[in-house]
Amino acid sequence: MSEPLIEMYDITFAYPGASRPVFEDFNFQLLPEQHIGLVGPNGCGKTTLLHLIMGLLRPQAGKIVIFGQEVSKEKDFVAVRQKVGLLFQNADDQLFCPTVLEDVAFGPLNQGKPPAEAVQIARETMERLGLHGFEDRVTYKLSGGEKKLVSLATVLAMRPQLLLLDEPSTGLDEQTKHRLMHILMDLKIAYMIVSHESDFLSHTTHECCHVHGHCCKPE
Amino acid sequence: MSPIGEPFSEGASLAHRLDPRGKMVVATLFAVLVAVAKTYTATLAGLAVALFWLALARLPLKKVVVRLLVVNSFIFFLWFVLPLTYPGEAVWRFGPLAASRQGLLFTGLITLKSNAIIIALIALIATVPVATLGQAMYNLRLPDKLCHLLLFTYRYLYVFEEEYHRLVQAMKVRGFQPRTNLHTYRSYAYLAAMLLVRSLDRADRVFQAMRCRGFHGVFYSLRTFSWQRRDGIFVAVSMLVLMILVFLEWWRPGLMWRRL
Repeated sequence: MSEPLIEMYDITFAYPGASRPVFEDFNFQLLPEQHIGLVGPNGCGKTTLLHLIMGLLRPQAGKIVIFGQEVSKEKDFVAVRQKVGLLFQNADDQLFCPTVLEDVAFGPLNQGKPPAEAVQIARETMERLGLHGFEDRVTYKLSGGEKKLVSLATVLAMRPQLLLLDEPSTGLDEQTKHRLMHILMDLKIAYMIVSHESDFLSHTTHECCHVHGHCCKPE
Repeated sequence: MSPIGEPFSEGASLAHRLDPRGKMVVATLFAVLVAVAKTYTATLAGLAVALFWLALARLPLKKVVVRLLVVNSFIFFLWFVLPLTYPGEAVWRFGPLAASRQGLLFTGLITLKSNAIIIALIALIATVPVATLGQAMYNLRLPDKLCHLLLFTYRYLYVFEEEYHRLVQAMKVRGFQPRTNLHTYRSYAYLAAMLLVRSLDRADRVFQAMRCRGFHGVFYSLRTFSWQRRDGIFVAVSMLVLMILVFLEWWRPGLMWRRL
C-alpha cells in the first residue's frame, strides 16, 4: 500500500475562548488518489480540518504528517502550500488581483516561475476550465459562478498534488455545478470536498466521511 | 452599486500612452511646486501647463468640467469666508462686514492653484488605471505597504460597498426608518461597527488565501513597463517647464501681487 498523503495523530484543537475543543485526540488519514467528501453538521470542524492541514490554524497537541513529512512550523507549511491547494468558501476572499489573468498567475509567480511562464501556465489552466477569454476581465465584476471557476483556476495553476475544496458548489446554478462536477471528475489528483450537498458529493467522491470530534469516518 | 469608475483611464491619446512612472514623478513635482507658489505669475503659468497636458489627454470635456465643478464647490465656500476674515485694506463693505483686497487676492490664488493641480492630476494620473498605478508605484520603489494599501483598497472597496448595501437592506426589510432618535443612532453605530468587524475578518481570510497560494510578502508583477523615447522627452521637457515655474516664482516675487 502506498504512503498516505495526510496523516493526523491525536490532534487537539480548540478556538481561543471556546468552551470545548473542536477536535480532541482526532485521527485521520488520506490515501493517494482518494476522493472523499467531508460531511457533518455546521460547526463540526470540516473547515477547521482543512485549515489545520494548510497550517492556517495550529493544533494545541498532536502530530500532522503531510507527504510523509512531519509539519509543525510555518516553514514546513510554506512547503505544504506549494503542493496542496485550498479553494476557499468565498471566492471574494480568494480573488484579490484586479484582473483574472493576474490572479491566476499569482500562485505560479510565488512559486518562482518567470512571468512569461506564469502567464503560460495561467492561460493553459484557464483553457482547461473553459475560461478562455477571461484574461482581462475584472475579478470583482464576474458573476458568482465565474468567480468560483476562476478561484479554482487560481488554485489549479499551482499544479497541486492534493486539492481541498470548501463548499465549492454552494450558491452555484445547476449548469455551473455540472461544469464543476466534470472538472473535478477529470482531475488526476486526490481531493477532499466539504459540502452539504449529497448529490454533488455522490458524483464527485468515492466515499463520504463524517467529521466528529475524535475521528473522521465513512458513514 | 457600481465599482469605482475610472472614466478617464481609457484612451489612446499621447497622455495615455506615456509611461505611468514618468507621469507620476512629473505630476508629484508639479503639484508640490504649484502648492507652495505664492505669486500669480507662477500659478497662472502652472495653470497653463496643466491645461496643455489636459489637451494632450483629449478627455471628454464634459466629464472633466463635471469633476472640476465638484472640486470648485468646496472652493466656493472659501469665497464667502476668506475675503471677510483676511486682514487688509477694505475694498467692499456690507454693514459690519468688510472684504479685504488681500483676502480676495489670496482666495483667487487658492482657486487657481487648486484647479491647476486638479487639472494636472486628471491629465496625468487619472489617465492611468488604478491597478497600473499601484504597479508603477511599486516599480518606482515606493514603500511596499503603500502600494499594497492602494491595490487592496481598490479591490475591496466595491466588496465593502456591497456589504454595506446588504446590511442596509437587511435593516430596511425589518422596517428600519432613520429618524432623529437614539434607536437610529445606535443602529447606525452597529452598522458601522459590523462593517469594521467584517472587513477585519475578510482581511484575515484574504491573507490566509494568499498564504495558501505561496505569498511571502513580495508581489511579482506581470506588467512590464517600457520606457520609450517619448517618455524621456516628456520628462525632460516637463522638468524644464517646472524649472521655468520656479524661476517665475523667484524672479521678482510679488510683482503681480503689487500690480493687481
